[in-house]
Amino acid sequence: MDYIGGARMRVVELGYQIPAETYKINRATLVEYANAGGDQNPIHQDEAIAKSVGLPDVIAHGMLTMALAGSYVTKWAGSAAAVTEISSRFTKPVVVPAGIDVELTISAVIDEVSARQVRLEITAECAGVKVLGMAKATVSLL
Amino acid sequence: MFNPDAVGKSRKSSTTFKVTQESISNFAHAIGESEVINSPVTYSIMISLGPSQTLLEENGLDWTRVVHGDQKFQNNRPLHAGDEVTCTSTIESYRAVAGNEIVTVRTDLHCSAELAQVQWTTLVVRG
Repeated sequence: MDYIGGARMRVVELGYQIPAETYKINRATLVEYANAGGDQNPIHQDEAIAKSVGLPDVIAHGMLTMALAGSYVTKWAGSAAAVTEISSRFTKPVVVPAGIDVELTISAVIDEVSARQVRLEITAECAGVKVLGMAKATVSLL
Repeated sequence: MFNPDAVGKSRKSSTTFKVTQESISNFAHAIGESEVINSPVTYSIMISLGPSQTLLEENGLDWTRVVHGDQKFQNNRPLHAGDEVTCTSTIESYRAVAGNEIVTVRTDLHCSAELAQVQWTTLVVRG
């Protein structure tokens, strides 16, 4: 992010690739998110239960991945108040084995620009696999 | 089996959810954010989860076979500490595709008369 004379300069141009950010997710993150977000589904905390329903291991809440995408967009937008829309499909699970920090990399490209707002196409990847599909956000420029 | 005639059915939560600074801060910290005045953009999922689940269960949703297909937030404004939120959930669509059932529920989050946020949750019930 560039700052000039205290005002934040941001590139708002069709096709501009916003720099990627990497987020670490581990088992402790999942417990903290479950408590804060009110989703105590055991497949996000209990390995035995996750495996009993056919998952390879504990998986992150899809809503945690989406929350991190929201956080990424908010950072670029400057405020959560400027993010007027965000949507996503949950295409692949983020598998979180015990004792490991899983890296989630989020990036976005500007795919629509008007005088009032921009539309971002978001990519979220874990070990080279896209975990969100059709992920988009609208940021108000007003 | 989900009730295919549930499309259009609506349910207003019987209680209001009072947004606290603590719940905003807890959510923000869980996702590594430090901005804690405006609620994070997906924060309101924790408010809508209960009311939308109640409506879906009343219409026969079998949670053991459900995966979260997609999610959308339209935020007219962030929520703040002190907001008292009322949820109205509506079954917006239902279809059976290739042995799976796909249900979309919309939840309107009002602060008094103001429509602050709208969410759409699409669930896939695996056949």
